Amino acid sequence: MLISLFITCYNDTLFPGTGKAVVRVLERLGHTVEFRQQQTCCGQMHYNTGYHPEAVTIMRKFVADFLDAEVVCIPSASCVAMIRDHYPKMAKEAGLEKEVAALLPKVFEFTEFLTDKLGITDVGATYPHSVTLHTSCHALRSLQTGDRPQRLLKAVRGLDYLELPASDQCCGFGGTFAIKNAEVSTAMLSEKMKAVLSTGAEVCTGSDNSCLMHIGGGLSRQRGTARCVHIAEILASEEGDQ
Amino acid sequence: MSTAREEILQRVKAAIGTRAPEEPVAREYSQAGTLSEADKLDLFVSRLEDYNAHVYRCAAGEESATIAEALTARGKTKILIPPGFPAARLPAGPTFIRDTGLDYRDIDATEGALTAATAAIAMTGSLILTHSETEGRRALTLIPDYHLCVVYTSQLSETVPEGLRALAARRTSPVTTIAGPSATADIEMTRVKGVHGPRVLDVIVVSDK
Amino acid sequence: MSIRVGESAEAATFPKAAKKLLQNTQLRRNVRRATDTIRAKRAKVVEEMPDWQALRTAAQQIKKRTLRDLDTYLVEFEKNCTAAGGKVHWARDADEANAIIIGIIQSHNQKEVIKVKTMTSDETQLNKALEAVGISPWETDLADLIIQLGNDKPSHIVVPALHKNKSEIRQIFLDTMGLKELGHTPEDLAGAARNYLRERFLRVKVGFSGANFAIAETGSVCVVESEGNGRMCVTLPDVLITMFGVEKLIPSFDDLEVFLQLLPRSATGERMNPYNSIWTGVTPGDGPKEFHVILLDNGRTKVLADEESRETLHCIRCAACLNACPVYRQTGGHAYGSIYSGPIGAILTPQLQGMEHSTSLPYASSLCGACYEVCPVKINIPEILIHLRRKIVESGGAALTERMGMAVAGYTLADSGRLATVQKLVQIGRQPLDAIGLPGWSAARDLPEIPTQTFREWWKARGAK
Repeated sequence: MLISLFITCYNDTLFPGTGKAVVRVLERLGHTVEFRQQQTCCGQMHYNTGYHPEAVTIMRKFVADFLDAEVVCIPSASCVAMIRDHYPKMAKEAGLEKEVAALLPKVFEFTEFLTDKLGITDVGATYPHSVTLHTSCHALRSLQTGDRPQRLLKAVRGLDYLELPASDQCCGFGGTFAIKNAEVSTAMLSEKMKAVLSTGAEVCTGSDNSCLMHIGGGLSRQRGTARCVHIAEILASEEGDQ
Repeated sequence: MSTAREEILQRVKAAIGTRAPEEPVAREYSQAGTLSEADKLDLFVSRLEDYNAHVYRCAAGEESATIAEALTARGKTKILIPPGFPAARLPAGPTFIRDTGLDYRDIDATEGALTAATAAIAMTGSLILTHSETEGRRALTLIPDYHLCVVYTSQLSETVPEGLRALAARRTSPVTTIAGPSATADIEMTRVKGVHGPRVLDVIVVSDK
Repeated sequence: MSIRVGESAEAATFPKAAKKLLQNTQLRRNVRRATDTIRAKRAKVVEEMPDWQALRTAAQQIKKRTLRDLDTYLVEFEKNCTAAGGKVHWARDADEANAIIIGIIQSHNQKEVIKVKTMTSDETQLNKALEAVGISPWETDLADLIIQLGNDKPSHIVVPALHKNKSEIRQIFLDTMGLKELGHTPEDLAGAARNYLRERFLRVKVGFSGANFAIAETGSVCVVESEGNGRMCVTLPDVLITMFGVEKLIPSFDDLEVFLQLLPRSATGERMNPYNSIWTGVTPGDGPKEFHVILLDNGRTKVLADEESRETLHCIRCAACLNACPVYRQTGGHAYGSIYSGPIGAILTPQLQGMEHSTSLPYASSLCGACYEVCPVKINIPEILIHLRRKIVESGGAALTERMGMAVAGYTLADSGRLATVQKLVQIGRQPLDAIGLPGWSAARDLPEIPTQTFREWWKARGAK
C-alpha cells in the first residue's frame, strides 16, 4: 500500500522522531510511505480559537495536498478529529464539500490505521519497559479509538502495560487553553501527573504529542520518574534499540 | 408601544426565521415493558425499598388487616384519610379522620395520612397520585410526617411511559409522583431521607391481578 | 432593553477568578468530592438503561421541534393555562418580570413569599428587587437556604451549595437560625431546615416557583424536586406565581415520559427524584386559589436567533455537564461569574447577556467533550464554544497580540516553504526562548527540546526509497 504521511505541523517541528517511527513501522510491515513536501497543517489551532477564515484556507490546502492520495496516515488523534468532525461543516461550497467527502474515508489516525485498515495488532516491536496510556480526549470521544491502542501495546514484546486511573479525564492541554487559562490547565495537569505516577510506569504514551508535551513537560519540571513517548515510537522499537 | 406579549412573540418569529421542515420524533426508547407480572412486582418492591420506603404485600381483601399491621408497626393511632377512601378497607382500632376541608395547621398536627394511588411505575419505584377522592388533596400527603399508600398490582406499570400514559383521563388534575420519602442530597451529595415532605413512606401493594 | 443574568456583567474574567479560587484548597476538595460522588451515581443509573441513547435522541428532537414552532406552543400554553384558571404574563426582561411579581404580591398586601429553587429568579435578581420594596423572600430549597443564610453565591445549578461541606453548613445554621444546639450529621442539618421552614410554609400566603417543563397541549407546569419544599410552595399558599424561560415549553404531555427519565438520572443520579408536581391552572379545593405564570424572555430570543447555537436552549438544567467538566472540577462554579456555571454557563451566559460582557467564558474549556457526552439533550457544547469564540474574534474582541499571532501563523501555514523558514527560526530562537520561557506554559512545565532537524528536512536528507 502507498501510504501518505501527514506529519502535522507540530510533530514536524517539535517531534520529528514520531514521524520517523511511523515510517519505520509502516516500512517494516512492507508498505511504501510517501511524504508530500507541500503539506503544512490541519487548521485546528485556528479553528478552535475562533479564526475560521484562516482555518478554511488551511483546510483547502490540506484537501488539495491529499485529495489524490491512496490513504493518509496521521500520528495525531486531535488532527484527525479536526478533519473528521469539522471539515464537512467548514466546506461550504459544493465542489469543496464533495472533495472533503471523498477524502475523509481515506484519512486514518496511526493506531486505527494499523488495527482497522491493516488489521494488525502485533507490529513486531520490542520495548522492555512499563508503560501506561494516556488516551487523549479526541481519541476517546471523537475517534472513539476504544481499546485499539491497548491491543497494540499489549502485543509488544517485553512491554508491561499498566492501566491509568481516571483515564477519561482531560490532561488540561486543550491547545490555546493551556496559555489562556494557564493556572486551571496546570491544576488539571497535576491531577493527571499524579495518576501517571501512581501507576509506577516508566513511560506514559499516547496518540497525541500535544498532550504528551504538556504531561511530559510537567513531569520533567517535577523531575518525575516517568517520561512521555508517542505510541509510534514504542511500536517502532526493536530489540537492541535500547 | 406594543405589549410584552406581542413583542416577545414577534421576537420569537423573527428569531426562528425560515422554518426548517418539521422532523419527526423518533421514539425508539422502550415504551412497553417486557417483564412477567411476578418480576414486575418484584422490581417495584425492590425499587421502593431501595429508596427507603417500607413495603407490605397482601392479597385483595386483606387490605384492612395490612393497614392495621402497618399502623401498629409505626405506633400510629390517629390517621387522616381522604373524603372518598372506602370505609370497608379501614380496620377497627385506629381513629380515622376524614379530610373535609381541614385547616393546614390541623393537618400538621396529625400523625399521618392513608391514601390510595392512581398508578405506579415499577422501574422507578414511583407512586402516582392524581388527588382524586380516594387520594385526597395534595396537602394531605404532604404536610403530615407519615404517608401510608395502598396501591394495586392492576395499577402497576413497568416503564415510565406506560405509567404516565395510565393518567390519560386525569392529566389536568394535579399530579404528584412520589419515589420514596422526601430526601435531599444537598449536603456533600449524601442522600438524606426526609426533609419537608413525609419522612416515612409505607406502601401496601395489593395483588388483584 | 437591558438583559441581566444575575450579577455576571460585573464579574471578573474567568482566568482571574479561577486563579483566586484555585488557592482555596478546602473549596476544591469539596467540589472534587461532590462531583466524584454524583458522577459515579449518574454512571451507575445510566448504565442500567439500554435505551439511554434513544432517549437522548428523542429529547433532542422534541426540543428542536419546540423551538421550531415556539411561538405556536407559547400561545397554545397560554390558551390552555388560562382556560384552566391561570393568568399568564409576559416579561421581556428581568426588570419587567420583577415588576409583575411585585405587583401581584402587593395587590394581596403581602410582605413575604416562599420560594422553591428557580434559576430564572436568580437570573432576574428577584430577591434583591423584593427586598428593595420590603417583601421578604424565603428560599426553601436546602442548598438555596444555605446560600441565602450564608450570604453566599450559588456555585452549581442543581446543588448550589456544593462548595460547602457539612461542618461549614452547620456553622452557617448555628450562626443564623438561633439554635441552642445542632448535631453534626447531614440528617441533623436537614432536620434543622425542616423546623426552620415549617412555620413559614404554613404561614406565608404567596408561593413562587420556576418550572422544569411547561406543557403546551394541556397548559400544565411540572416541577421536579426532592425535598418536598417544592410541593409546599406550589400547594399551600393562596397565591402561586410561577416564572420560567420561554424555552421551557414542551409540546405534549407524552413528552414528559422522555424528560422525566433523563433529568433525574442526569442531575442527581436517581432513577426518579422523590417528587414531581404537575398542575394545570387552579383546582378548586386543592392548592392555590390564584395562579400566575410569567413567561420570561430576558435574552432567550437572541439565543434563538443564532441558528448555530440555538440548541443551547435545549438545556434542562440537569448540571451533568458541570459534574463531568474537568475545568469546573478544579474551580467550582464561582469562577464563571454567573449563576449559570460550568460548560453550559460558558455558552449560556455570554449569549443571554451579550458577548461583550463575558468574552473569557467561551475559552474556559479545554474542549475535551465530556460535557457533550453526558448531556441528556445532546447539546454539542464544544461546537458552540468554538462558534462563540469565532464570534468574539469576528467582533474584534480578541487581544491584539493573539490576532497578530494567528495572522502570522495563518500566513505561515498556508505555504510549506514559509513553514520551513519559520521552523528554522524556531530552531535558532531556541536559546532565547529557553531563557525567557513561554508565558503561562513555563510556570509549571518544561518546554520540549527543539530538534535541530525537522521531519521534512530528515525526509529530504534520507532521499527517496
